[in-house]
Amino acid sequence: MNTAQVFSFHGGIHPEENKTQSLQLPLGRPSLPSELILPLGQHIGQSSRPVVNQGDKVLKGDVIATSNGFLSSYLHAPTSGAITAIEERPIAHPSGLSDLCIVLHPDGEDRWTELKPLNNWQSIDKAEILAYLSNMGIVGMGGAGFPTQVKLQGAQKSTLSHFIINAAECEPYITADDTLMREKTHELISGIEVFQHLIQADKVIIGIEDNKPTAITAINAVIAERNSNIQVAVVPTKYPSGGEKQLIQLLTGQEVPSGKHPADMGILCQNVGTCVAVHDAIYLGKPLISRITTLTGEALTSPQNVEVLLGTPIEHLLAYADVQHSRLNRLILGGPMMGYTLDSAAVPIVKTTNCILAASKKEFPAPAPEQACIRCGMCEQACPASLLPQQLLWFSKSQEHEKAEHYNLFDCIECGACSYVCPSSIPLVQYYRHTKSSIRDAREANVKSDLAKQRFEARKARQEAEAAEKEAKRLARQKATTAKSAEPKKAAPVADSIAPTSKTAAPASPAVDDTKKLKVDVAIGKSKLKKLQKQLLDAQENEHLEDISALQLQVTDQENLVAELEKQLAAVLESAPSVAKVPVDDAAKKAKIDAAIAKAAVKKVEKALKKAEEMQAPEVDAIRQQLKDAQQRADELEQALSSSGSVTPKATSPATPASAAELDLAGQVKKEKIAVALANAQINKLTKRLANAPEEAEAIQAEIDAAKQRLQTAQALLNTLVQSQNSTQENR
Amino acid sequence: MLTVLLAIGVLVILSLIFGGILGYANVRFHVEGDPIVDQIDALLPQTQCGQCGHPGCKPYAQAIADGEAINHCPPGGQATIQALADLLDVEAIPLDGDHGTETAKRVAVIREDECIGCTKCIQACPVDAILGAAKQMHTVIADECTGCDLCVEPCPVDCIDMIDVGVTTKTWSWDKPQGISATSLNIIATDRQTEGTHS
Repeated sequence: MNTAQVFSFHGGIHPEENKTQSLQLPLGRPSLPSELILPLGQHIGQSSRPVVNQGDKVLKGDVIATSNGFLSSYLHAPTSGAITAIEERPIAHPSGLSDLCIVLHPDGEDRWTELKPLNNWQSIDKAEILAYLSNMGIVGMGGAGFPTQVKLQGAQKSTLSHFIINAAECEPYITADDTLMREKTHELISGIEVFQHLIQADKVIIGIEDNKPTAITAINAVIAERNSNIQVAVVPTKYPSGGEKQLIQLLTGQEVPSGKHPADMGILCQNVGTCVAVHDAIYLGKPLISRITTLTGEALTSPQNVEVLLGTPIEHLLAYADVQHSRLNRLILGGPMMGYTLDSAAVPIVKTTNCILAASKKEFPAPAPEQACIRCGMCEQACPASLLPQQLLWFSKSQEHEKAEHYNLFDCIECGACSYVCPSSIPLVQYYRHTKSSIRDAREANVKSDLAKQRFEARKARQEAEAAEKEAKRLARQKATTAKSAEPKKAAPVADSIAPTSKTAAPASPAVDDTKKLKVDVAIGKSKLKKLQKQLLDAQENEHLEDISALQLQVTDQENLVAELEKQLAAVLESAPSVAKVPVDDAAKKAKIDAAIAKAAVKKVEKALKKAEEMQAPEVDAIRQQLKDAQQRADELEQALSSSGSVTPKATSPATPASAAELDLAGQVKKEKIAVALANAQINKLTKRLANAPEEAEAIQAEIDAAKQRLQTAQALLNTLVQSQNSTQENR
Repeated sequence: MLTVLLAIGVLVILSLIFGGILGYANVRFHVEGDPIVDQIDALLPQTQCGQCGHPGCKPYAQAIADGEAINHCPPGGQATIQALADLLDVEAIPLDGDHGTETAKRVAVIREDECIGCTKCIQACPVDAILGAAKQMHTVIADECTGCDLCVEPCPVDCIDMIDVGVTTKTWSWDKPQGISATSLNIIATDRQTEGTHS
């Protein structure tokens, strides 16, 4: 009744099991070492953040480091004692590098802090249980050390069909989970029940290899005793049936697709060690501070499993198992398939350390030299992930990362089955690991360079904007002085202004150079204004009340800016006639006819100038219409305009929200105004040419006439538009 | 005769239709800018260090597109040269030593006690990775620093060091296996003979 159907997976190998050696002695409990070294990064994700200082006294179970982000975990003191240092120590890592560790000197009392079991776990919110598990420092104890609460959060998002407890322990030599299941069967089942309460899966299956009959019997007995509906699936011994994806395939017949997680398929996998840790946390209030680890290998006189405090240096355990240093050739952390050689025995046990293999030379001879691939295809037969190891090897050797990725290199679980069967002794997995890290490095470098590019471009844009602003301010100041000098001349009679005087000509020439720039500025300002008005319109339509006032303010500001720029432009245009004077000056010396033509040209420019001024007037009118409450002030401005001829700044007015039609009309008016301005500019240009090249006078004159025609048309259209705009506003 | 005219007519109509489609596609799917420059730019390390003699990576990308040598980028090193060579289908050449040598990845670190708060390094940093204000201590945001060196020279009190970014357990990567060793080539008896008989 309690046995589940078992499927199979592709590939796999049958290495010598070597599991009996470490099962001869009962579970050992080594003495306290002289110091415990607790790395801050015992799990996948961000390292924990220490919350103790050097010299602090802690009790067994006290938090010494806290979660440092979403994917992080807590760390607790495995025994009572004093923190002697927080420093870099060599840790269990294939690189042999050091990392930050908290060093605890035990006081020997092994005194517990106050334990607070979560007795009411069945009645409280599930999120609270998850938070509690996080506080207890529970991480996946199968290998990767993935923080359990994060895995559960992911699993809770979907309804689960299967909850699989991984008890396969397929790697040779390792018997830690086997021992755990024999010693703590009740705790295991209780832990599974807590998980099941949290995730409510349809089926709960324990997947266990058939080489652990004692554990299977014990579990079946407890299940029968508790009348639980947990199923036990006994799978045939084959490496790597304990791989998460392989076990899922064995128990459900479903393959986890590339790039997906089991949770996406409604499956959650947990290691037996994690289940027991959850039991201890919930029922006893004990955080994760110890684990069962296998000590085995021919160099040990008494290989066995030990329940060991986290942070215990490996040399302490080797001494406990009576290591014979003369026989010890290689010290391997983990199993023979996926483990790695340790450089130093001073490294500590962490939450994921399941085996210490002290191997003799006979047991683990040096690897045979790599030979050329003979394309036998045995690696493909062995690969449990159904990859093409041979192809991956070519791509890895030639560093064709894209192709390697295309051949799903990242689905490789680095189980070592391909290397095991390779008749040419090619260390395939090492190639894959190297390529994987190269690809990861390249990706990271890419992300970084993208970020750098983004920041560089943002900085450049900012600098350009600042420079433009400065330039605009400088121009504004220059224009202000130019306008002042041009002002009296404008009021003077036409004949007067024709008279070539060096005084007016000097400041005028640079001013004309700036005219173009100013016109561009005006055009930019106007287009910005248009955009803002459109935004305002959108906001009004969608009734974004907060946006409206903000946009209103921006529109007003922009209007001010445009008005200011137009004023500057007008000022420049006023001084423009003097440009014609320079050639006139020269021409006057040569011939009277030339002078006469120049005079005519200047007159035309003056006319154009007046039109440009008229162009401003209706705009002021429009604003006056808009501002009912500012009527008087607008009148004053109007008077000032007519008396001085200068353009009044319309900025002061808080514009009332305009209707859609009005804005549309305003847009048209602006377009026409730009057309008028362009026509004016063209006339100016032509006039200048006329002055410079009297011999082409007739042709240019004709062009000027044409341009004037266009100007008049545009002006007429503009006037109509402005009138209709005014009338709309009045109607409103 | 009619057949010939018909054929010509049909072909003319077809050519007009396809011409129209092509013309439309040219306008509708017009690509702005020079895509090759962007592709080159994407391969450059974006340190914006100017060691190539251009004011940033994009200008150098433009220069490469215009025919400049691809080996003027020390921060990118040989890997970048190789990637550029692959992209442009030219030969990968060794790094030009005149522009600097390839160094390990570094970041700038300000000795904060000595900083006088002159803001000169802030202005020099091409990626805004230095934080500080006038007469206040400055510091480098290590994650954003590209290691370009540009802040070192302007510092009036020489308080900026370029520190190698060491390998940590998070950034460590597996070595590439040594490959087929010389000894394993001598496994076959006849191979051994050819080498061994003369000695």
